[in-house]
Amino acid sequence: MAEPRILTYREAVLEALFEEMRANADVVVIGEDVAAAGGVFKQTEGLFAEFGANRVIDTPISEPGAFGMAVGAAMSGLRPVFEVMFGDFMTLVMDQLVNQAAKVRYMSNGTAKVPLVLRTTMGLGANLGPQHSQSFHAWAAHVPGLKIAIPSTPADAKGLWKAAIRDDDPVLIFEDRLLYTMKGDIPAGDHVLPLGQARIVREGRDVTLIAIGRMVEFAQAAAKLLADEGIEVEIIDPRTLVPFDTKTVIDSVKRTHRALVIDGAPRAYGVTGEIAATIAEEAFDWLDAPVGRLAGSNTPVPFSRSLEKLARPDAKTIAQHVRAVLG
Amino acid sequence: MTTALPEDRLWHLFEMMLLMRRFEESVVKMNVENHFTGHYHLYIGQEATGAAAIAQLEARDTITATHRNHGHVIARGAEPGPALAEIMGRAGGLSLGRGGTIHLSDPALGFLSTSGVVGGSISLGAGGAFARKMKKDGSVHMACFGDSALEEGVAYEALNISSLWKLPIVLLCENNSADAWDKSRGGYTSLVHAANDLRSIPGAMGIPSIRIDGTEVDEVHAAVAEAIAHCRSGKGPMFIEAMTRRWAGSAPLWPELSTGVTDLKMATGEAPMSGEHKAWYEENDPVLKLARRLLKTSPQAKDRMWELDRKAIARMQAAEKFAIDSPMPAPQTALEHVFA
Repeated sequence: MAEPRILTYREAVLEALFEEMRANADVVVIGEDVAAAGGVFKQTEGLFAEFGANRVIDTPISEPGAFGMAVGAAMSGLRPVFEVMFGDFMTLVMDQLVNQAAKVRYMSNGTAKVPLVLRTTMGLGANLGPQHSQSFHAWAAHVPGLKIAIPSTPADAKGLWKAAIRDDDPVLIFEDRLLYTMKGDIPAGDHVLPLGQARIVREGRDVTLIAIGRMVEFAQAAAKLLADEGIEVEIIDPRTLVPFDTKTVIDSVKRTHRALVIDGAPRAYGVTGEIAATIAEEAFDWLDAPVGRLAGSNTPVPFSRSLEKLARPDAKTIAQHVRAVLG
Repeated sequence: MTTALPEDRLWHLFEMMLLMRRFEESVVKMNVENHFTGHYHLYIGQEATGAAAIAQLEARDTITATHRNHGHVIARGAEPGPALAEIMGRAGGLSLGRGGTIHLSDPALGFLSTSGVVGGSISLGAGGAFARKMKKDGSVHMACFGDSALEEGVAYEALNISSLWKLPIVLLCENNSADAWDKSRGGYTSLVHAANDLRSIPGAMGIPSIRIDGTEVDEVHAAVAEAIAHCRSGKGPMFIEAMTRRWAGSAPLWPELSTGVTDLKMATGEAPMSGEHKAWYEENDPVLKLARRLLKTSPQAKDRMWELDRKAIARMQAAEKFAIDSPMPAPQTALEHVFA
């Protein structure tokens, strides 16, 4: 068994892909520039060399057709990993995803299945403008029949990826591009995480922060700032939105009596509202303050650096909101 | 054989093509000097197409384009300073830094949209053409897009509707993938297009379709003139496939000036053309090609050419200064214009 090692987020995902593709010949990778090019973020580098053109497949810029094909292939025995290069292009596959992939198991009374992984990006911060910076995890989570994973560390990425590939339902994995270079320890052996198990990132007595994706990193930075002021925050990364680990979140809030939910996507009708409502329903009597919410601005993501900053939370704004929740 | 354009028209197009080229060289310079970050796409190598096509549009006509739009926006008459400032995300930019390079656009010049999701140039363009048709004034829409736009499903649907409804849309497909061609398959990249001839796609829908050399201004001019006349007379869409060779600087993930800053001495014979890009300088660079042709017209042509280049360079120096001096937009303005 291998020793724990330090890998980048990108390398951790690749390791999961290599392991699962070696273990199961039904796993195929399909997407734009994923084959010889190795992905525009080098996120599929080396797969083509080992597994060849039959299992690592480039498509034209034809997301709806190619993704619909992946859904059909999944119903027919393969385990496709389909890559949507930018989260923004989820818009193109929504018909095949929502009306087909998400409905198959239910409509067939559980007799048919769609074991596929849809991988895409989320998050802003790279000056890519309104059509290349969006985060659609909340949109997808609103559709019954889709599982949603959002890994925030290399270890979680590897574990969630392996679980997603082995899962018999469609699993969407959202990755913040700016996490690809993050380094972290990778547990030895066959590291598979169950879908639906939150991680307590940091323990603290004063307030529970529920943070999604890269917001976990910002929440950790905010925790350091706040610790200097004597405020100890607990940080929880749900890791999957569907299924959602309500128990870990509620147990934490019952200890701290306060909560702040943080997401990088626009706030309106987003995941912070859903999680805050769940806390209000299940831990109302334990709360000492209204549940706080911090999310991206309800605007398209602007191109300019100075404007982009305002469009999503960072450590400073998280710390401000924690102070507000503490009153 | 296409009739050669009159000399004064050639000079006019050359002046615009030089400005388009110097503009892109400034974009690279600004990026290398860290005045902006983020990815961008350059129009180098396609100037003859954009200049000769857009020069024939009238003010009432409209345009859509894709992420490779800098050349179109300059050719349509945008001021280089605000255009460059937009690419740099500045308050002085055409859209106050909200759109950036991928969405460089100016509605005042008739641009409906420039979109990184490339099929949108054709679908929104069909809408533009529909609106032009409702005006009943003979105005047209020009949709500029690359060969890759025809990989997207929305393109097929919009082509079909455009033909059914006889919409006045000039479908200008700038096929810049010449180097990716598989000659044995009729010249198309086998990886992404099953069609051996892109013209057959609109052709199957009854849209007249022609192919031209996109580096030859006469050919572009003649084809676009025919297409515009076709549209203005109510006969419906026309498809032009303008072929250009893939510029080497677009090959890496991040664009680079691999062929160097354009040196007109390569047209006069005063600078050598050598190295891995020799064929580009000699045969494919539309700016050098037109310069060589103009140099043959008269003994004074050389001085005139240098004068135009000095002018273009001076304009871009002023544009760079304008853009660099332009402040970043105030963060609070990010919240504006979500709704009316």
